[in-house]
Amino acid sequence: MTQSETPILELRGVTKSFQGVTAVSNLTLAVRPGRVLCLLGENGAGKSTVIKMLTGVERPTSGEMRIDGAVSTFESPRDARDRGIATVYQEVGTLPLMSVARNFVLAAEPQKGRGLFRRLDLETAGRLAVERLKELGISRVTNGSQLVGTMSGGERQALAIARALHFGARLLVLDEPTAALGVRESATVLRLIERVRNSGVAVVFITHNAYHAHSVGDDFVILRRGETLDAFHRGDKQVGEIIELMAGGAELQSLLSQSEKQAMQS
Amino acid sequence: MRRLIHRPEAGGAISALLVFAFFAILAGHNGFLSLLGTAYWLDTASELGIIAIPVGMLMIGGEFDLSVGAVVGATSMIVAICSGSYELPGWLGFSLAVVFGAGVGLANGLIVVKTKLPSFIVTLSTMLMVTGSILGVSIGLTGSSSISAIPNDFLGVLVAFKWHEFHISILYWVLFGAAAIYVMERTSFGNWVYATGGNVVTARLAGVPTDRVKVILFILSSLGAVLVGTIETYAFQNGSITLGAQYVFSGIAACVIGGVLLTGGYGSLLGTAFGATTYGIVSLGVFFLGWNADLTELFIGALLLLAVISNNRLRTFALGR
Repeated sequence: MTQSETPILELRGVTKSFQGVTAVSNLTLAVRPGRVLCLLGENGAGKSTVIKMLTGVERPTSGEMRIDGAVSTFESPRDARDRGIATVYQEVGTLPLMSVARNFVLAAEPQKGRGLFRRLDLETAGRLAVERLKELGISRVTNGSQLVGTMSGGERQALAIARALHFGARLLVLDEPTAALGVRESATVLRLIERVRNSGVAVVFITHNAYHAHSVGDDFVILRRGETLDAFHRGDKQVGEIIELMAGGAELQSLLSQSEKQAMQS
Repeated sequence: MRRLIHRPEAGGAISALLVFAFFAILAGHNGFLSLLGTAYWLDTASELGIIAIPVGMLMIGGEFDLSVGAVVGATSMIVAICSGSYELPGWLGFSLAVVFGAGVGLANGLIVVKTKLPSFIVTLSTMLMVTGSILGVSIGLTGSSSISAIPNDFLGVLVAFKWHEFHISILYWVLFGAAAIYVMERTSFGNWVYATGGNVVTARLAGVPTDRVKVILFILSSLGAVLVGTIETYAFQNGSITLGAQYVFSGIAACVIGGVLLTGGYGSLLGTAFGATTYGIVSLGVFFLGWNADLTELFIGALLLLAVISNNRLRTFALGR
């Protein structure tokens, strides 16, 4: 693997505490262009605190943050967005009762005409949205005036991702993008992540599903109660080992039946 | 056909057509279909319609304004006290009312976005405060809560103008309605209003200045009330604090009958116009039939209930599920 390229975002020995309670301690990670960093952990592992630091909502209590190789921090979520860091939320990523075109350009609407006749260019918005969706492998959406509520969960995620990429995102933070989806829809989202990665964009994929992480991840960081349990790369570990790590190794082992243990080792 | 039924204004158009047909058959020979009858229901529809335009925008943006009725009454008193009691030019009273209305709207908007309280409660409070304070001022200055107001300058003439019984408010309704539809459907601001009402968190994350959108909508809502308050005061040549009390709920009813969702984020101002038309037709239809005027409320109430039920169904239908 190539580690030569400068990471877009890097945390070195970062700790974040809230009023004396440590949420994340001594975390080191690097997000590189064209790679998927999987952040794994059960509930309460500190994943959301990491997202908040990566997207400018919170600043580290101690440790070093590097943006494009230079020591820096984000002033605000807006600052992070302006520097190409985009977060895609599953629940609130799109507006179901508005059209694909209107969702796609929201808050950055293309205009046509001048002066008093300056108005929304919905044709351009619709065309752009359909094109960008096609690039992400979503071809079922052909009309920009279609309501987003008529699309599947995976397609909606694609729309939110397409929107972020169109407006200049270099690093996508995907917060549990497969959590509420069925098997087929999850596969759609995982394929999306691959396509985005292959186009040279950096992806932070937050999940508690080891299978999903294992299928698309390049780099892995496993968190447990704020501590980094392990960090490794694609091919270093098998799914079973990852699950074991996440759940707490020995604790889980003692609960497993013999056949389950064999299944995990194979 | 399927595309037409998918449009948010479909329900409003259908209800306007149905009530029109109903009263055309029952009250057609009583004068409902005459030029005069048409003018009467259009006048009623236009005044409610002007109120309902910004109220509809606000509802699409996800908020309510119960204070519009009080602002109509307050405007009426301000205009009447200025031009009636103090014999000042009408434009001065109107300007004062505009400043007052914009202030009420600004206060409503700021309180709602800063406290994050439901606008239902916030505007219920401001409604009472507006009525109470203007009544106090009026009694203090003139000793009365009902003052005559005769048009005394170009403004008074401009808003009281009539052709046969067709009131100039119909023209304002069409003009402001068209402008508002354009803003909602063809400008960024309109897109932001729909997004803010659809999901305020999503809109904010996308970069929409949702607080500013809401404050502007509250101000527009009050200004619509100021315009109607001025028109009605000069039309009746009388200022009254109770003028406009019916708009508290009829404005919202017109929007809902016109297909605006109570939860915001969906609807159309064309539909809202159909809702106001429905209201106008029903109230004058009942009058021409010689029925008790209270039956208007019964009709509107039933239509409202039907509208809320069918709106939910139409929306599910629009989403193809």
